[in-house]
Amino acid sequence: MTPIHYFRCFVGIVWREGLRFVHQQERFLSAMVRPLVWLFIFAAGFRSVLGVSIIPPYETYITYEVYIAPGLMAMIQLFNGMQSSLSMVYDREMGSMRTLLVSPLPRWFLLVCKLLAGVAVSVIQVYAFLVIAWFWDIQPPLVGLLTVLPALILSGLMLGALGMFLSSAIKQLENFAGIMNFVIFPMFFASSALYPLWKMKESSLLLYNICWANPFTHAVELIRFAFYGQINWLSLAYVAVATVVFLGLAIYGYDPGRGLITRKAGA
Amino acid sequence: MGHSDPTLTQHQNREGTAALEVSGLTHDFGSTRALGDVAVAIHPGDFTVLLGQNGAGKTTLYSLVTRLYNNRTGAIEIFGYDVRRDSSQALTRIGVVFQQPTLDLDLTVEQNLHYHAALHGISRGQAQERLEEELTRSGLINRRHHKIRQLSGGQRRRVEISRALMHRPKMLLLDEPTVGLDIGSRQDILDHVRSLCREDGLAVLWATHLIDEIDEGEQVVILDEGKVLAAGGVEEVCKQAGTATIREAFTTLVGKEPEV
Repeated sequence: MTPIHYFRCFVGIVWREGLRFVHQQERFLSAMVRPLVWLFIFAAGFRSVLGVSIIPPYETYITYEVYIAPGLMAMIQLFNGMQSSLSMVYDREMGSMRTLLVSPLPRWFLLVCKLLAGVAVSVIQVYAFLVIAWFWDIQPPLVGLLTVLPALILSGLMLGALGMFLSSAIKQLENFAGIMNFVIFPMFFASSALYPLWKMKESSLLLYNICWANPFTHAVELIRFAFYGQINWLSLAYVAVATVVFLGLAIYGYDPGRGLITRKAGA
Repeated sequence: MGHSDPTLTQHQNREGTAALEVSGLTHDFGSTRALGDVAVAIHPGDFTVLLGQNGAGKTTLYSLVTRLYNNRTGAIEIFGYDVRRDSSQALTRIGVVFQQPTLDLDLTVEQNLHYHAALHGISRGQAQERLEEELTRSGLINRRHHKIRQLSGGQRRRVEISRALMHRPKMLLLDEPTVGLDIGSRQDILDHVRSLCREDGLAVLWATHLIDEIDEGEQVVILDEGKVLAAGGVEEVCKQAGTATIREAFTTLVGKEPEV
């Protein structure tokens, strides 16, 4: 196996994910509707309740819609990461994960390709969201649309790797409601997506600490700063480390030798 | 292997490396023993039927041979390559048709085959050539732009077989490939794979719980509760069991009537 084989394999996996994406228009639609509902309805209702003071990276008073936009971008990726992990479980039951895993290329490489393919799809979704949000006055500096891309790739990787790890580790991952309740909601609400953390600190120090430790908070902050052409180094480091950890766990989970996968494949 | 190996006699009679050589293979799921000290040898050009009831351990054996997981004791070699140590070399030499359908239903036949080719690092041009060749052989060339969803169960199986051959493996592993098919399609698939075996000298391991999928003169391995009860040519196995037919041999060895 030479680099060209690796490259063809990578292209093939991304290409398949793209084709599936094109065929699953309902999935795309719901991926769009979800953040837009938050933006159009939730934010409208909450803008008067929640005053946001000037905190970096913002240099002026902002509307609540502007505040939650980065959180909604991260939410798209969170859902996407969990959904693709669910589809991996579904795939495995349907057996198409097996098709992937009998490839002669190293398993870690196959998993990373699969992950990157999922990230590519989530990035497309985020930009589609941004196009609509633009008309809702979510208008970052134009350069922000560019600088946010690496942040989206990294946060997408982190969330995708988390989903992949969960798909290898959790036995009962059959229904999405379970993931919603136990992963998506806690991660989303215990983060800086909907409210700045200092507000949380006023309510409860413990909750503040939990929110601070939540990797999703740092994904949101990374995206938020990048959206305005800035780098939040702390969040960048946090997300990078979390990505490596989750990815390591995912590869461990799918390792044929230690195989958490064994338990599930049994019977 | 110091114990009596039923495949040893036939093994000695043949030359060259075995396509698949499994020895002393044991695997547990938690406290349940799925496979116990399994030994199997398959040779190029042989159509070998792995016969066992549901739950006998057939799928576990396939999972271990294809390295879905490999926490086990014992050795698995494919054309002399250890599945664990030289997994890449081993995996390029086998084509697999899994028990569950593994095609993307919304993609076309061609797209499914291209995806598989990419997983093996095959270039797009070469993949196109091969898929046309394989689809012609399986009689599905006119369907290549159809979505899998539009195909019948038998046709889907044929696509999976074509797909498994895209990277030109020397051994084909099929796990209950006729499950859910009507009698006509079942026979078609069997005939198709038998001719592949003859024409290309492929080693074929065909897992089934249906005894009538065995033909005279073929190799058979009888697996029950994770143990190999008999292995060898059909006549040989009958002789070992002291019976006239393979059906009786199965009944004698397993203690149950086989399914047809």
